Amino acid sequence: MPLSYNFAYLDEQSKKMIRRSILKALAIPGFQVPFGGREMPLPYGWGTGGIQLTAAVIGPDDRLKVIDQGSDDTVNAISIKAFFKKTAGIAITEETRAATIIQTRHRIPETPLQNGQIMVFQVPIPEPLQFIEPKKSQTAKMHGFEEYGSMHVKLYEDIAKFGRIATAFDYPVQVHQRYIMSPSPIPKYDNPKLHRSPAVHLFGAGREKRIYAVPPYTDVVSLDFEDYPFELEKWDGACAVCGSTDSFLDEIITDDTGTRMFICSDTEYCQKKAGNTFS
Amino acid sequence: MTRMPENSSQPLLAVTHLSKFFGRQLGCHDIGFTVSPGEVIGVVGESGSGKSTLLNCIAGRIKPSNGSVFFNSSAGMIDLCRSSEALVRKIIRTQTGYVTQNAAQGLKMHISAGGNIGEKLMAGGMRHYGQIRKMALAWLERVEIDPDRIDDMPATFSGGMQQRLQIAANLVNSPKIMLMDEPTSGLDVSVQARLIDVLRKLVSGLNLSMVLVTHDLAVARLLCHRLYVMKQGEMVESGLSDQILDDPRQPYTQLLVSSVLKP
Repeated sequence: MPLSYNFAYLDEQSKKMIRRSILKALAIPGFQVPFGGREMPLPYGWGTGGIQLTAAVIGPDDRLKVIDQGSDDTVNAISIKAFFKKTAGIAITEETRAATIIQTRHRIPETPLQNGQIMVFQVPIPEPLQFIEPKKSQTAKMHGFEEYGSMHVKLYEDIAKFGRIATAFDYPVQVHQRYIMSPSPIPKYDNPKLHRSPAVHLFGAGREKRIYAVPPYTDVVSLDFEDYPFELEKWDGACAVCGSTDSFLDEIITDDTGTRMFICSDTEYCQKKAGNTFS
Repeated sequence: MTRMPENSSQPLLAVTHLSKFFGRQLGCHDIGFTVSPGEVIGVVGESGSGKSTLLNCIAGRIKPSNGSVFFNSSAGMIDLCRSSEALVRKIIRTQTGYVTQNAAQGLKMHISAGGNIGEKLMAGGMRHYGQIRKMALAWLERVEIDPDRIDDMPATFSGGMQQRLQIAANLVNSPKIMLMDEPTSGLDVSVQARLIDVLRKLVSGLNLSMVLVTHDLAVARLLCHRLYVMKQGEMVESGLSDQILDDPRQPYTQLLVSSVLKP
């Protein structure tokens, strides 16, 4: 580990400030806590919020897993892993069960999370009410006074236009019967995984400088209508690699005549199921 | 409109000694009036006379410098200027409607007509899409908009339709009082007539109270039971609509009435 960096890149004062915001976020589940977002050595939109959270909570004994679109080996995931290996010298893993901190961009791993694990989400747009009310001063009041009815307008518009709730990712949830929260760009398929999850879920938006959290075993309910209940995505086929029928599948177009195949988005889960072992 | 509603023991809205200063600039000064349930009040005056400032104070959109706005809510008589913001917002949201001159301010232009009407219902806790849809369709019909256009954006509507949509979106959760800021301005005369026609039907059918701010005396005569005349932030004359318009006493009111063009 080069001595030119402080442990995990950020200076101790910054980490302390972020930890304070995290504690507040955990105390008020789903509430967006402002924090003094720092400049990170990667562009906004690439995970500056998540990387700051990880830097603030990581310790020398942690094992870090980073996934991007469910995959362990895309550019973003590899770069963030390399970043923490270099600046914190911590162990890197691809195995969901072995990881103590999992930083993610779009997915929650298929393997059920356990108590003691921390999920860190990279959030582009933390404000779920932005669609209805572009003014931040107003959305703050709407959260404060629990004026959430208009959140359903978004879902109403979906049904009016498409005949069903077409929102497939960033599907709004209500946390602990109080705050409406954007679960960031995870597919709605992953929403139920947040409900009463034994792990800690931390959400960091770097550009918007907001942190919010779902503590373990907290109610997370997806919004819906009585006559149009919340539904998960379904696929006709199974994963072409591992044959899984109970994971989130990506559609991959394999040639220019329309041949398609479906494979698991969670590569670690898929490899394990297919019988491949990790080195 | 000549028929007066029955007098009830308590007014729905009572404004007392209401003043608003913008720095050294006077918005409105020492205004007082009451609105009974089912009564339509008109506030007339030239541009800059403080009509809209008054209405915005009543609607809780700006904080008055002095005075009170008592509202007879379902939770009893409440001073909107001295209650907690949470309570005031709730009362404003559930028991009042506010129609602006510019429909783009009152409507959400990127949300369909049905969504605009349904918003207040969903805010009130309605979670059944079918029911919301049904009520939206019914209200479109009541304000004479083709129900086929329920999924169209308000931006594709004409000015008159936008204004009628705004009225529907405000009336759908049956508020006790409607506050209207120049609802007919900027519309041509035939469209105005249709809007007024719709409003008259709704007002008499729903026993709705209304505070109508307008500079158009013809609209005021058609819709209002009583009129208040404002000049430079002060109330100069008040009385029954016909009385004010046919027999104005104050020189300013006489000037106002006589300056209406007659074709």
